[in-house]
Amino acid sequence: MSTTAAPAAASRQGRGGAAASAWFWRYLAKRVAQGIAVILIVTLIVFALMHLALPDGPGSGVLGMQATDVQIAAFNHEHGFDLPVWQQYVNFLGQIATGDFGTSFEAKRPVLDLLAQRLPKTLLLAVLAMAVALLVSIPLGVAQAVRRNKPFDTVMTAINFVLYSTPSFFLGLILVIVFTQWMHLLPATAPQGQTVAAVLAKPQGLVLPVLTGAIPIIATFSRYMRSSTLENLGEDYVRTARSKGTPVNRVVVKHVFRNSLTPIIAMLGYYLPVMFGGMIVVESLFNYPGMGLLFWTSAQKSDYPVLMGCMLIIAIATVIGSLVADLIQAALDPRTRGALK
Amino acid sequence: MNRTLPTPRLPEAGATASAPAQAPRSNAPWRRGARRFLRNKLAVAGLSVLVLLVLFCFVGPLVYQTDQTHTDLGSALLKPGEQGHPLGTDDVGYDILGRLMVGGQVSIMVGLAAGVLATVVGTLWGATAGYVGGWVDSVMMRIVDAGIAIPATFLLLILSAMVKPTVPLLILVIGLVSWLVPARLVRAESISLKQRDYVVALRAMGGGHGRAVLKHIVPNSVGTIVVNATFQVADAILLVAYISFLGMGVQKPSTDWGAMLTSGITYTYAGAWWLILPAGLCIVLIVCAFNAIGDGLRDFFDVKGQGE
Repeated sequence: MSTTAAPAAASRQGRGGAAASAWFWRYLAKRVAQGIAVILIVTLIVFALMHLALPDGPGSGVLGMQATDVQIAAFNHEHGFDLPVWQQYVNFLGQIATGDFGTSFEAKRPVLDLLAQRLPKTLLLAVLAMAVALLVSIPLGVAQAVRRNKPFDTVMTAINFVLYSTPSFFLGLILVIVFTQWMHLLPATAPQGQTVAAVLAKPQGLVLPVLTGAIPIIATFSRYMRSSTLENLGEDYVRTARSKGTPVNRVVVKHVFRNSLTPIIAMLGYYLPVMFGGMIVVESLFNYPGMGLLFWTSAQKSDYPVLMGCMLIIAIATVIGSLVADLIQAALDPRTRGALK
Repeated sequence: MNRTLPTPRLPEAGATASAPAQAPRSNAPWRRGARRFLRNKLAVAGLSVLVLLVLFCFVGPLVYQTDQTHTDLGSALLKPGEQGHPLGTDDVGYDILGRLMVGGQVSIMVGLAAGVLATVVGTLWGATAGYVGGWVDSVMMRIVDAGIAIPATFLLLILSAMVKPTVPLLILVIGLVSWLVPARLVRAESISLKQRDYVVALRAMGGGHGRAVLKHIVPNSVGTIVVNATFQVADAILLVAYISFLGMGVQKPSTDWGAMLTSGITYTYAGAWWLILPAGLCIVLIVCAFNAIGDGLRDFFDVKGQGE
């Protein structure tokens, strides 16, 4: 395996192509198997939670308060909730495998329908927040590393430190006070609407939710980017380039930047559950009609099928996301491949 | 909100490859460590803030006595300074300054206990997985992966919807969702430590696995563990606030800083800043304090290598 920072594409297509691809397929197979195991464990956790919450089956939840015990028992029997637990779990797995995530107690609609309606809106918010965060934190982290321990770096480190330690809803609240109450610039509630297009029709309503989602990520990622850049600035190739007379800015732009970026890319995949976890707070603060708010209202009403559906979707996305992120990282930076094995 | 990241703080990730702490027989390393800690001004400031906040919350109520059980609607929403309430009163008439003290007790106790619980569980889990290796390691770490793939706030919401949250339950629930990151860190440490001569020698002389893990692996990872524990406490205090914000925190008349902040949100537009600002600042201060102390402890244990 190449230990230089040479472009990955060259090293892959160049020498040792066959060995590299054999390595790749073995690695991919192992990771996919691990991913399937992780998702199976998630289904087990999710099923156990559901079973602990509703040991007698979801009959009473689905049928509501007016249902008689006989009706509930009949429902539970019809849907197999009176079977032994292990058999219920197997049935549950089979159901998920065919894409059936159950039916919401509250909305009386398939969970997948609800998710299809809410998830795109949460993704919109999450993607926008992440884009803003990357656009700010990457240059910021590099700039801090280049000006290490100068006043600019110290001040930004301090600001990041405080922002990192602030609950995002407090941050959002301060933004609302400043931008809505004092300056009357932006609305304090997110646009309501069934579709992404309806939400996008009032873009000014998205500004504060996106900022509230982005700021904690900026605080985390710029810190990460700063360390990663500092580490690369100490590498031999930087000294070599500098000793050949290359200006420091050029070294940073041409070499250091690219190498410092790969850990951030690897982090993106793993960051998915954190993103979704953060969105639930942002969505309930701004009343944004996404999956987080759906999850929150479902938790209040013990609508377990919806809760389980949300968690499963995120877990599957996380497993796929972290695999893709690792693959991208391996493609960009051959040095990281050893760590992946 | 980066509670569940595998390697949320780069310096810690580096910590996994660090050398083990020296045998703490002579106190010279400790003195050197203490000097390094004290040189870190941020950490000293953090420690001072923490001591002050703990005194404020736990000793304060003895000096400044207020009724935090019975509501007094007659004196609700008083401005700071009015009728002898230095920080005003909230929407049901509780004195804010006194409420900050009792609320802080819950935040600090839950944060500390949950952080410690998460660290203990995560350490034992990670040390065992890394030490045993093989398929046991694979299974144990896939469980960690699965836990990390579910957002912590989601799990917390479900768990607190199932049980009425009390202080011990909050500790348990937050501990339950926070042990995953220390498990990963300690596992990495454990894998590198088990190959060291003294562990190999202990095994060769017939020492048991339990002894190897508890007497060598865990003590030699103590730097990584303690530094991470501090960050775990900071994160746990934030999680307490998030649970309260999502409406699943401790029940009234009990409260915590997150619950105070949340119940004040409704009155933000009425200009009642004293309902949210003091509680919010307290959270920021204590979380900053723990993060700063963690930074200093990293210097103390020299987790990252000699100085910077």
